[in-house]
Amino acid sequence: MAVYEHDVLVIGAGLAGMRAAIQAQQMGADVAMISKVHPVRSHSNAAQGGINGPGVGEDGGPWEEHAFETTKASDYLGDQDAITVLAQEGGREVLQTEHWGVVYSRKPDGSMAVRAFGGMKKARTFFVGAITGQAILHVLYEQLMKPSIYKAMRNYEEWFVTSLIVDEGQCRGAVAMNIRTGELHAITAKATIICTGGLGRVYEPSTNALICTGDGIAQAYRAGAALMDMEMIQIHPTTLKGTGVLITEGARGEGAYLLNKDGERFMSKYAPSMMELASRDVVSRAEQTEIDEGRGVDGCVFLDLRHLGEKVIKERLEEIWEIARDLVNIDLTKELLPTLPGVHYSMGGVKTDTWGATAMPGLYSAGEAACVSVHGANRVGANSLLDTLVFGRRAAEHAVPWLRNQKVRPVPESVIDADRKMIQDVLNRPKNGDRVAKIRHDMGVSMSANVGLFRSPERLEKQVGILKELRARYDAVGVEDKGKVFNTDLLFHIELGYMLDCADTIVRSAIERKESRGAHTRLDYPNRDDENWLKHIVLTKQADGSEKMTYTPVTITQWQPQERKY
Amino acid sequence: MKVKLKVKRAGPDGPSGYSSYEIDAAESVTLLDALIQVREYEDGTLALRCSCRSAICGSCSMRVDGRARLACRAKVIAITGGDENHELTVEPMGNMPVIKDLINDMELFWQKMRSVDPYLKPEGVEPEGEYRVPNETMLDLTHAMNCIMCGACVSDCTVLEVDKNFTAPAALAKAYRVVADPRDGHSHERLQKLSEYSGIWDCTRCNMCVEVCPKGVAPMNRILQLREMAIEEGIGGNSGVRHTNIFTKSITDGGRLNEIWMVPGSVGMFNVPRLMKEMPGALKMLRAGKLPFEQLIPPGAPGSAKMKGMDRVRNVIRKSASLKAPKPVVEE
Repeated sequence: MAVYEHDVLVIGAGLAGMRAAIQAQQMGADVAMISKVHPVRSHSNAAQGGINGPGVGEDGGPWEEHAFETTKASDYLGDQDAITVLAQEGGREVLQTEHWGVVYSRKPDGSMAVRAFGGMKKARTFFVGAITGQAILHVLYEQLMKPSIYKAMRNYEEWFVTSLIVDEGQCRGAVAMNIRTGELHAITAKATIICTGGLGRVYEPSTNALICTGDGIAQAYRAGAALMDMEMIQIHPTTLKGTGVLITEGARGEGAYLLNKDGERFMSKYAPSMMELASRDVVSRAEQTEIDEGRGVDGCVFLDLRHLGEKVIKERLEEIWEIARDLVNIDLTKELLPTLPGVHYSMGGVKTDTWGATAMPGLYSAGEAACVSVHGANRVGANSLLDTLVFGRRAAEHAVPWLRNQKVRPVPESVIDADRKMIQDVLNRPKNGDRVAKIRHDMGVSMSANVGLFRSPERLEKQVGILKELRARYDAVGVEDKGKVFNTDLLFHIELGYMLDCADTIVRSAIERKESRGAHTRLDYPNRDDENWLKHIVLTKQADGSEKMTYTPVTITQWQPQERKY
Repeated sequence: MKVKLKVKRAGPDGPSGYSSYEIDAAESVTLLDALIQVREYEDGTLALRCSCRSAICGSCSMRVDGRARLACRAKVIAITGGDENHELTVEPMGNMPVIKDLINDMELFWQKMRSVDPYLKPEGVEPEGEYRVPNETMLDLTHAMNCIMCGACVSDCTVLEVDKNFTAPAALAKAYRVVADPRDGHSHERLQKLSEYSGIWDCTRCNMCVEVCPKGVAPMNRILQLREMAIEEGIGGNSGVRHTNIFTKSITDGGRLNEIWMVPGSVGMFNVPRLMKEMPGALKMLRAGKLPFEQLIPPGAPGSAKMKGMDRVRNVIRKSASLKAPKPVVEE
């Protein structure tokens, strides 16, 4: 093994990670970025519809409006100091990406165009067709290919983190496997920023890419950092049956309808003023109610784009027009698209302050892996990209001056011993008829059934039992591939361990929150309960392996909770 | 539906040769679904890259029956035509080394990408707000940005097969994205660099990259656009531009390709070593009657040969010059 030393180690190379890395590098730090996939393969790609740009020109709208609507959509669980930062600094980030080269769609006068998005009264979302995330991700990677950055920054590409290094309560980097050689190494850093994205694969189906396995969230939790709002799982209103592939909210932003089997725009019953553009939790519950009450077809409702016309569909929504054509053989200009709610985003994650700092010195987090919390109980559309950029940059801005007073502490070679032993144990396990894929599938399907859109105490408790059984199976299952080079079989095994940890914390928090708020709907507590539950649930793993649950109040600066109507 | 796969295996510590698999799957199955099913339930040692399953992450390019495809976009039934006995041959991409099974080492791809300085280099003062640029330009660039860096075009590039120095389609399409971006301040010098050896003039226009691109980026068309831009910028001095010029001159002047003057016109009148190299070919053409006597006078010079009905030829030229290149059709 080798020991590498850096100032800053960014784990994950999606938008949050690359933004953090660029910022830290510009501030003169020695930066390393580590990612289990090449940066352009990251899941930030999947954000189709757009990015909110509060304060950008007239169309971005005043930051206060954006902040208020973000707060309202969060069902008042979002921390308003963090939301204020997001709204005040978000516009600057959008413009920065435009200056770096993102090809935002334009108006006739050449300024950036906006489209409507869910949960927002006014159109204020900037976009690049239906490939906004991809366009921004690729432009950030363009910046990384500049010789001045490329030569200075160490990019551990296709390296897989197995654990964080914690010494005397401080995070000092990570142990990671070079996937190409199978060797473990210690990468030490004065500051470590977790930008590993979400955990959507804990559920099946899910809009998330196969890599979204909650690695960083679980690593931070195991290392002793706190997780917050883990029960808040966003269910997106429009996904494809079977695969869970996402159909952007931008479609409804451009004016698409949701219809039930009678051809009725059923949202008029649930959100008469915002209709299809109500908040995601509201629309998803409405769809599921229609389906459950027999007004769906084959477990789906319909998304209707036909009236938008071919030009709008092909110019502004080309990507989803292609997805519908290729995956379900449907022509959106002429046919209805069957669609259903699907797991999409994790509002919760590693608890940080508004600078991305956790309570553990040297450990930061940003993007979907983190919980600042700007999204609270429900994230508004087009805020995820904004979150990655603003808080990715801020984490670096805080970490770099902080680490200047920190000394490198030598890390003993033994730091990798535990992970090496864990891996050897897995490789040594004999075949027992079970498979990692089977356990993962059983976890995903049961999580969707029992900890999905509508939650009951019976189902949640049942899931606790199921997860216990899955854990026992996990501890016994081995892998087929015993090789060193690109042993993906082994990586999937380790990832499943991360996902089971995430699933535990989700269920634990969902049982605890005895009210319905945002994405968390309890059948036994159908109403929001501000008196008892206007607070975050925080989970920390203690030294003896047990978990400690605490609460932390929601920060309210100017918007008092009120009833949420759309 | 039965799906039969024959997958090429490689790597220092795993199986080599080909592994055959047969699985049951739904009719809608993609090649990626099939491979994942194999990996998860049949053979855990099989290695491939994949992530998004919806053609945006660019991880899963590979060769299927000899042609590069994005596995998640490749419907099995569309390739086999429903013939359940059709065994799909699945191999890693070409033109790039293999690490294990279906996993290529993409470093060559990224090296070429970096070689075109694939980032905006604006000049002058940064505006306070956004740059004002036409939507049509942004839409055109969005089609180029649609590239997901999957490597399919590089895998099947026929020029790269014989000349490893060729910048290859993906990086040149990326070069178009920065050259054509009105916010960039270095288009001219970029075009100059791209006009050098291994750049835009080394493409043979075989169209393979257009055919295999899963995202309709049509890299070759971007290369042709770059050539036009280079010519408009007056960047010459290379055989590609001279070839284009003498070709155009020959057709607009006489309606026929003047083979006698094509070679000296392309490689340069005084490029004796190169002209000598072309001699055997020229002699063959002479014997075959392809170098008619009346074409001795160079195109454009007084008394040069004109074919019958030259006005009609000129009309065709005028008409075609006003046409725009059609948008490429993506094969389904």
